[in-house]
Amino acid sequence: MSAPPVVEVDRVTRTFGDVVALDDVSLTVRPGEAVGVLGPNGAGKSTLLSLLAGLRKPTSGTVRLAGGDPREAAVRARLGVTPQATGLPQTLKVAEVVDFVAGHHRDPLPTGEVLERFELTGLRSRQCGGLSGGQQRRLAVALAFVGRPDVVLLDEPTTGLDVPARHALWAAVRGFVERGGTLLLTSHYLEEVEALAHRVVVVGRGRVLAEGTVAEVRGRTALRRVRFGAPPGAVPAQLTAGARVVADGTREGRWELLVPDADAFVRDLVGARVPFSELEVAAASLEEAFLALTGERAAGGEVAA
Amino acid sequence: MSTPVPTSTRTGAGRLARRRPAGALRLTWLHTRYQVLEALRVPVMVVSTAVFPALILAVFVVPQSGGMGPAADTAAVAQLAVFSAMSVSLFTHGAGIAEDRALPWDTHLRTLPVGALPRFAARVLMGAAFTVLGLVPLLVLAVLLTDATTTPARFAAGLGALLVAGLPLLALGLALGYSVPAKAALALAQVLLLPLAFAGGLFLPPQAMPGWLTAISTWTPTRAGRDLVIGAATGTDVPSTALPVLVGWTVVLGAVAVWAIRRDQGRRFR
Repeated sequence: MSAPPVVEVDRVTRTFGDVVALDDVSLTVRPGEAVGVLGPNGAGKSTLLSLLAGLRKPTSGTVRLAGGDPREAAVRARLGVTPQATGLPQTLKVAEVVDFVAGHHRDPLPTGEVLERFELTGLRSRQCGGLSGGQQRRLAVALAFVGRPDVVLLDEPTTGLDVPARHALWAAVRGFVERGGTLLLTSHYLEEVEALAHRVVVVGRGRVLAEGTVAEVRGRTALRRVRFGAPPGAVPAQLTAGARVVADGTREGRWELLVPDADAFVRDLVGARVPFSELEVAAASLEEAFLALTGERAAGGEVAA
Repeated sequence: MSTPVPTSTRTGAGRLARRRPAGALRLTWLHTRYQVLEALRVPVMVVSTAVFPALILAVFVVPQSGGMGPAADTAAVAQLAVFSAMSVSLFTHGAGIAEDRALPWDTHLRTLPVGALPRFAARVLMGAAFTVLGLVPLLVLAVLLTDATTTPARFAAGLGALLVAGLPLLALGLALGYSVPAKAALALAQVLLLPLAFAGGLFLPPQAMPGWLTAISTWTPTRAGRDLVIGAATGTDVPSTALPVLVGWTVVLGAVAVWAIRRDQGRRFR
């Protein structure tokens, strides 16, 4: 018998006036799972998290957290949420903010332990307003874990952190998941989702577009990155019609395309007698995969992260 | 029972007890403490709250003390006590709430295991704490430098009357804080403060008012509050209009506050 789900989103629709932020979305997360929610801005990620945090009500459908309604304070005792890092109370000291959040729980982590785990011990008596962006971010993420939660919602946890700080934070979050905690994470850093999540949910325009392991979602799109050397203009236009051209041979004779069917593309390349060399075919990155799923293909050039 | 490992498969009475949120009283006390602490870290707010009423007493009342008699001095102190309560309500509640509403931290508080009531109660208690902060220097100065006198019973009655007089002012502050954006709230608080103080006879006694102002004065919440507090503190008669005017304003402004709070919650959290 598997444990009952910790997060149950059942056929949830949420509208804001005429705007449909979530459209018939269902999502189940079991205890100990780490799920990454990917999608472009405006896809409905934040709305989904605000429903799970009890901030808003679904227009239709049900949202359950740990078997209850997250709009009830008692249910939220099992939840950990990150505040916006820039929104910490400016005049309070780091240890005071941790103590304050801990004061809402009957058995919180000791403040010293929280500070140590997130490398904040040296900053304990600094006011939040005086922290650097990265330090504020670490404190904001730490606050989600203060109440020994069963479920943690992390919204873009490491935006703006440098690489060592990001890896340190990931280690702390991974520790929580390894000890049996449930994690729901949104991120713009696909590397982050790959590093922390077992499962990925891709949302776009308020709908779940794909769901599965990182490898499955990537495979679902069948998008492949094809690289080869050839002069500019050597590839007939009808071959590149369904592809995204990243490089078109104008720079050092290198071509790079993202194509839905690499086998067919290579056959066509041979059939059209394109004088290519050094052919490489590789799986597309998760980011490219999800951009393909959400239909946000740039006309050309590299996609900004 | 202390388990460092939070796994959802473990159940049991001890674990469920740990998962209950802290009690409402404890949460109210927690939020009050932190709101006061946050406010105390802003020196301008502390100084203006604590100093302004005492300063007015020192500048306008102390030089004339002795010539007016103890009753007039006591009345002057009572007036300034009402003024102190009003400025706290307009600024810490009115402008303060409007400012907090715009901060992401306010949204984050709603994800913590605490209901609306403890947070709201903490707001009101924090205002009460700041009113006390304004009263202490005022009363110390009154004892040291004026002829103001009272008995323990009248002092207690005066404080009770101040609490009642503060209700419509509290409702005014809440209505303001929840209905308009921060900048507008601060401007409105400043615009309302002085007219309400003058019309209510908080700076100058009503005897010094021109006739047209006397007619308006009777119907202001500040005048009614002033009369009630002075009556209680000096043992003199309170005009029969005072209590109905206070109740009327409390009901009207309370209704506006409830409407504003509901509208705000509906906009942000529905």
